[in-house]
Amino acid sequence: MSEPVTETLSVVVEREIPFPPEKIWRALTQPHLIQEWLMKNDFQPVVGHQFKLRTDPQPNWNGIIDCEVLTVEPNRKLSYTWVSGEAALAIKSVVTLSLTPTSTGTFLRMEQTGFRPDQPQNYQGAKYGWQHFFATLEQVVARAD
Amino acid sequence: MPDTHDVLFRTLADPTRRAIFERLCREGEQTVRALTVHAGVSQPAVSKHLGVLKQAGLVRDRHEGRQTHYRAQHRALAPLLDWTSHMVGFWQSRFDHLEDLLKRMDQ
Repeated sequence: MSEPVTETLSVVVEREIPFPPEKIWRALTQPHLIQEWLMKNDFQPVVGHQFKLRTDPQPNWNGIIDCEVLTVEPNRKLSYTWVSGEAALAIKSVVTLSLTPTSTGTFLRMEQTGFRPDQPQNYQGAKYGWQHFFATLEQVVARAD
Repeated sequence: MPDTHDVLFRTLADPTRRAIFERLCREGEQTVRALTVHAGVSQPAVSKHLGVLKQAGLVRDRHEGRQTHYRAQHRALAPLLDWTSHMVGFWQSRFDHLEDLLKRMDQ
């Protein structure tokens, strides 16, 4: 039989950074700094604030990621939702950035957890994503000719 | 892996076949007859497309009386939807930019 559809996808990227959490926190929460390492944005470190991350539009993707701030614990933890119309893509996810001080700087951990497109609670998103997915596929196939 | 990609792309490149697959993704299990109503081609043609989708692992069939029911196998798309490896690469490169920025920032 097919497996249950309650599965989530999770990505973890961790890095030891030779700077204190306070400095990294500024880079994670000040719009002009976020822009330099992540994307253009209208972020505010306020729970419930909705913002967009913007990159250059690409074929079949307008380059916009819709986000909402979920957690703000200064110098320790920041999380926001991350919804993109990009192909794989119909995936609604949550990004959590955690900072832990170490003797030489900070241990930075990013965890992104998403829901599989076939999960019922993400049905609308899945529909949207399928359309994009197939549009992308068509392009790839067209280019292959 | 490239072979898997090729088969999936080739199978889904046909618009009629892709429409049948999308319909199964959207509506769940369907009979050949129900799919034919929307496909705009004959029932034998629909059956042929379903055979190709089945060979690619994109659908599964189930016989019930004289009817054959088909359902989409989303998992067959996994090689094309490799979200996790895409995101790992994305964040690794963003963290590189973050480290560069931190070196430039005033204390």
